[in-house]
This record gives sequence, structure tokens and C-alpha cells, in this order.
Amino acid sequence: MRRMGKGVGVEMIGLRRVFDGGVAAIDNLSFTVSPGEFVAILGPSGCGKSTLLRIIAGLDRATAGSVKSSGETKIAYVFQDAHLLPWRNVLRNVALPLELMGVEKSQRLAAAEEALKHVGLADAIGRYPNQLSGGMRMRVSLARALVTQPTLLLLDEPFAALDEITRQKLDEQLRALWLDRGMTVIFVTHSTGEAVFLADRAVVLTARPARIVRDGPITLPPRRNGALRTSAEFAAQTRFVFEALEQAGA
Amino acid sequence: MNRYFLRSILPPLVVLIAVSISWELSVRMRGTGGEYHMPLPTPSGIVHAISEQSSEFLAATCVTAEGALLGFVASALVGCTTAVLLSSSIWLRRALYPYTLFFQTVPVIAIAPMLEIWSGAGLRAVVIVAFIVSVFPVIANTLGGLLSTDPALEDLFRLYGSGAVARLWKLKLPSALPSLLVGLQVAAGLAVIGTVVAEFFVGTFGQNEGLGVKIVSNAKYGHTDAVFAGVLLASLLGLAMFCGVNLAGRFLLRRWHPSEREPL
Repeated sequence: MRRMGKGVGVEMIGLRRVFDGGVAAIDNLSFTVSPGEFVAILGPSGCGKSTLLRIIAGLDRATAGSVKSSGETKIAYVFQDAHLLPWRNVLRNVALPLELMGVEKSQRLAAAEEALKHVGLADAIGRYPNQLSGGMRMRVSLARALVTQPTLLLLDEPFAALDEITRQKLDEQLRALWLDRGMTVIFVTHSTGEAVFLADRAVVLTARPARIVRDGPITLPPRRNGALRTSAEFAAQTRFVFEALEQAGA
Repeated sequence: MNRYFLRSILPPLVVLIAVSISWELSVRMRGTGGEYHMPLPTPSGIVHAISEQSSEFLAATCVTAEGALLGFVASALVGCTTAVLLSSSIWLRRALYPYTLFFQTVPVIAIAPMLEIWSGAGLRAVVIVAFIVSVFPVIANTLGGLLSTDPALEDLFRLYGSGAVARLWKLKLPSALPSLLVGLQVAAGLAVIGTVVAEFFVGTFGQNEGLGVKIVSNAKYGHTDAVFAGVLLASLLGLAMFCGVNLAGRFLLRRWHPSEREPL
């Protein structure tokens, strides 16, 4: 079916994060993500989803507990907005991670061009961020994340600011990219529909401190397209996750 | 070009002509016969004064320009370096930023005589004053720009293991460039004002006379036309330096920054 082995497994053990002022965003959270898995993390806003993602990425430190990975971890992170460098054109924005890692110029530009092809932006390489639409900027951001061939891709509500149609297109593109590459993906969202469409497993968290209320598979076919969104099985899966989310918010 | 003329040159030109004409007429109509003789020169008198001593005024403008440019360059270099240092640590900022405010608040006229004693009259003292008056806006604006770098982008740089130097060159300084340029614009005008004021006190007479010296000496003899000529030339010099910074900014930001996207 899909090429395995490119993704890395992640194990979170007893994670706890307390902010200054004593508020616990996460308390005693443990779960494991298998290599090559596509996991959606849902929860009410402000429940510590982003904090969890930042800890996995090493951008934030856990107060207690640890994150272990099962192999060579090359992490990429996609933020809520595109966050491109406005003074760089699209190609040089996508090449940035390789540049910071010290990859030689011709090599990194070639890799950036390749990554842009994957997100369907091969003809926009010379343009500047202010000349792009919101959806295009987000695709550039996605290409920038993919350019290092990550084994673990972390996304923090990446398409939340986009309109519904653009968002659905990007979801389809992301799912296809994952089927193609087989990296591990952890996708934070508060949209049940998006989680069900994208992921093979949904983890639903409660409000602060984050606890798991539901952790289960999403049983839909691996290849997914727009038609799936109106099917009965999709609706059933969405209701399942939605009920868990309601329970979490209460 | 025609469009540019219509939108950018014509409106201020109309104001200039209208103000000059009404100024000229109002001074002439009052004449000199009133009880109070107000020594206000006419625009034509000012132009006449400049053309009469054109070579002297040109030389004076060059002397002042040299002082102002050197002061400005010193402000730009020292201001940016200071801002980068201050941005690197919150403790440095807490300890030192209040003292950079001294540059803004020091009554420079009061210390001008001391400067003359310390470094002698002439260019060096003038440049020091121009620097003192113009450095703070560079520090304040650049520091503000450096500190408002997008935190998500800082995270991104950290994620890919970038060092502090790469972060400064590839992220912080380009982000701060628009505010840095605002600081330089303010500094350009202040450097000229600082130079002229300094010349009042520490300028040299007889040789290498700057515009400040011309203004003082002409004021002594009641040559108001020539005084205003000096003032006008100093203002134009400040304007030219401001435009120079603007032009550099437009070149650097033209591709990406909203402030330069709308053609003026």
C-alpha cells in the first residue's frame, strides 16, 4: 500500500507543562505515535495542543516527563499562518531550512524547486509573499516544511485562517503528500471534519490541563477525495469524534 | 513621469508659489514706513542674497554638509551597533537603555563650550554635536524593530539549528530594516540642525565657514536677507539628506514592504 519506514515513532511519557503563575497546560499526558502514522489531535481552544506540539518539536521544555523518538528525527513545523520571510522570494523562502542547516546553494535551491513542485507551485518560484494569496502562502509554508525530507511533520492548525474551499484542497494535498512520503504526521486542529478527513487516528484532549478523552482509529480508506466528505461513513466517523470533543469541552 | 509630476511635484510646487507670492506682496505692501519696521525679508531678497554671494554660500553649504554627513554616518553606525547589542540581552537593555536617553535629553548647547575646550573649534566638535543630537532616534527605532521580530520565525530558525549570527543577519536585521530607515530619516534632519547649532558656538570664522557661522555673522550686522538665505540653504540640505535616506529605503524595500508598494 504505502511506503513505510520513512517516518519516526514518537513516545510521550508523563508529560507535564506548568507555566509561570502555576497554570498547568498539560498534566501527566502519555501516548505513542507509531512510525508513519497520521494522527490528529483535537481539543477545545486553549487546551494545550500547541504547547504539546512545541514540546515535541523541542521549542518548549516540559516541566516533567519526556519525549522519545524511535529513530533519526528530522522535524518540520508548520505554524498557524504561513510566516514567510517577506523579503525573500518563494524559492529562497523554501530553501531557508536547508540554508540554515548548511546545505550548499545549488543543492538547496534544487531541493526547494522540487518541494514547490510537490505542492503545485512550480511556476511561482520568483514571486514574493506579498504577491501570493493566503492559500498559496500556506502551500509555500508547507513546501518549506517538506524541503528537508522530515521524518516527523508537526502542524499547528495550519489551514485555520483559510476559506473552506482552499482548506479542503490543501487537506487533500497534504493527505496525498503523506501517502507518497510516509513520514509521521501530528496534526493539531479544532475541526472534526478536517481531522477525520486527514488522519487515521484521532486523539481528543480535554481543556486545561489536557487529558485524553478519546484515542481511536478513523476507519476510512487510505486514498481520500472530496466525494468522501459527503459519504455516510465520513459522517459517522465525524459524529464519533464530535461527541468526544463535546465531552471534552464540558 | 508626467503622472509622477502631477501627483508628487505639482501640489507642493503650487503651495510654494502661492506662499512666496503672498509673502512677497504682504511685505512690500506694508512697506518700511510703519511705526514698527519689521525686518522680514522678501523671498526675492533672499534669492538675491544667495545669488550675490553664491560662491560663499556654496562653500558654506559644503562645509555644513560635511559636518552633517559625518555626524549622520557616525549616528548610523554607532546607533545600529548599540541597538544590536541592546537587543541581544534583556539585562543589557535594562542596565543601559536609560542612559542612551541622555543623548536625547542632553542640552547640547550648554555643553558646546566644553566641547570646544576638549576637542578645539572646528569640524571635530561640530561632528560630535551632530552625532549627539541624531543618534537616539537611530538606537530607539532600530531596537524597536529588532525586538519585534516575528517569534514564530525565531522558532523556525531555532528548529533548524541556526546560530545567533545567522539569526541576526537573515532574520532580525531584515525585519528591523523598515524601522531602522525611519530612524535614519529622523537622524538625517537632526544631523543638519545639530551641525548648524554647533557652528554657532564651535564653528570657525574666516576659513571653512559653515552655514551656522554665516547666519551668526550676518545676524550681527542685521543682514536679514543673508540670514534667511543661510536658513533656507540649511533646510534644503536637511531635505536633501532626508531624500537620500528615502531613496536608499525605497531601493531596499521596494520588493516586499507595504510602505513602498504604493507609488507616491
